[in-house]
Amino acid sequence: MNLYRYASPATFYPLAGRLVPWFALLAAAFTAAGLYISFFVAPTDFQQGEGYRIIFIHVPAAWMSMFIYIVMAFWSAIGLAWNTRLSFVMARALAPTGAMFTFLALWTGALWGKPMWGAWWVWDARLTSELILLFLYVGYMALQAAIDDPRRADRAGALLNLVGVINVPIIYFSVKWWNTLHQGASVSLTRAPSMAQTMLWGMLVMAIAAWMYTIAVALARARTLILERERQTEWARAVIKEEA
Amino acid sequence: MLRFLTAVIRRDILLAARRRGDWLTAQFFFVMVTSLFPLGIGPEPAMLRTIGPGVVWVAALLACLLSLGRLYADDHRDGSLEQLLLAPYSNALLALGKAIAHWIINGIPLLLIAPVLGIQFGLPADALAVLVLSLAIGTPVLSLLGGIGAALTLGLRGGGVLITLLILPLYVPVLIFGAGAVDGTLAGTGAEAHLSLLGAVLVMAVLVAPWISALALRVSVE
Repeated sequence: MNLYRYASPATFYPLAGRLVPWFALLAAAFTAAGLYISFFVAPTDFQQGEGYRIIFIHVPAAWMSMFIYIVMAFWSAIGLAWNTRLSFVMARALAPTGAMFTFLALWTGALWGKPMWGAWWVWDARLTSELILLFLYVGYMALQAAIDDPRRADRAGALLNLVGVINVPIIYFSVKWWNTLHQGASVSLTRAPSMAQTMLWGMLVMAIAAWMYTIAVALARARTLILERERQTEWARAVIKEEA
Repeated sequence: MLRFLTAVIRRDILLAARRRGDWLTAQFFFVMVTSLFPLGIGPEPAMLRTIGPGVVWVAALLACLLSLGRLYADDHRDGSLEQLLLAPYSNALLALGKAIAHWIINGIPLLLIAPVLGIQFGLPADALAVLVLSLAIGTPVLSLLGGIGAALTLGLRGGGVLITLLILPLYVPVLIFGAGAVDGTLAGTGAEAHLSLLGAVLVMAVLVAPWISALALRVSVE
């Protein structure tokens, strides 16, 4: 079977349509299992009490927020190099989910920080760079929203995405050094006590759930983007008529 | 090749010299923003000395953004940008020339004003010298990266606000190393490390930014 066949919107659209329910189902199943582990199986932390359980959402969200940006850059690079329309659609479809996970990571981090550090927000290197990552997502989406011509929006967004991905490590290290210069090690996330096995499992299962959710949502969003862009083609008209 | 580059730079400087009002706006903006901080925070010298480097640097970023909106917009409107892109030279050269011209027009005046503003914040002489040096290395990066944003947002509605959203996150390392160098001098830990990193960022920006700006210009103009 030739996988490249699915680089065409007309063949990808029905494939994505078949895949979305499966990934949605997997996402629901893994979320249920992950939440069960995190609330009922994982033991109470002897230092942090019950409050630590928010990491089961926080850590997968933070992983996804970074990972999605890299995947977007990957699709952007492919799209710029080979001029494949679908790659840009994928990058664009992933962006809102990435921004959502970044926001979620910041939000849950604040909720965790209040009882643990006594502050909603500290200018820790990780928090600050996560905040800047959110800005990068917002900039990408704002640029996409401001350009009406999809061809231009795709390319402009892809270029911005690539510049951003080069910058992410530079931003991370600059913030890290800035942080150590200014406030010393008042708060350290890396000193976390070694985790119980079940806690790690809960986190991994939740991370897989986040993956499945991302795939399902991105595919669904890609489908609507494809229909919107291909609306003048024969097959898209047929699909729209059929589904209407 | 060099002649094309100098021609691009000369042309922009000449245009700026003919329209002095446009050009001075950003410089006065820089002065006003920094002067507002003591009014908002209070005139206590110790406090002002601590925030001084950061305030001057943030104001420099904003002043730079203010003038970036017009980097390509005027040429785009009168059609000369398309002619320049059609020239038989690499478009990256055009982007580099534009960025250099932007730095000469907007960056160098900032360097000259910055010591005066630093004195307002009670910075000692050695910190002032480092402030100017850090701005001298850092502001070209602002012009180069900003050129990418200007090219991407060319001719879009609300381009001025959009460019800040796109570019400010990318300016974070420059701000940190630039203000950090001055802070380091004030704290007695030295500025060399920060200035070297700033220099590294500059080298990287010179190598990468003109090409990406050129690609972005082609996307925006086609």
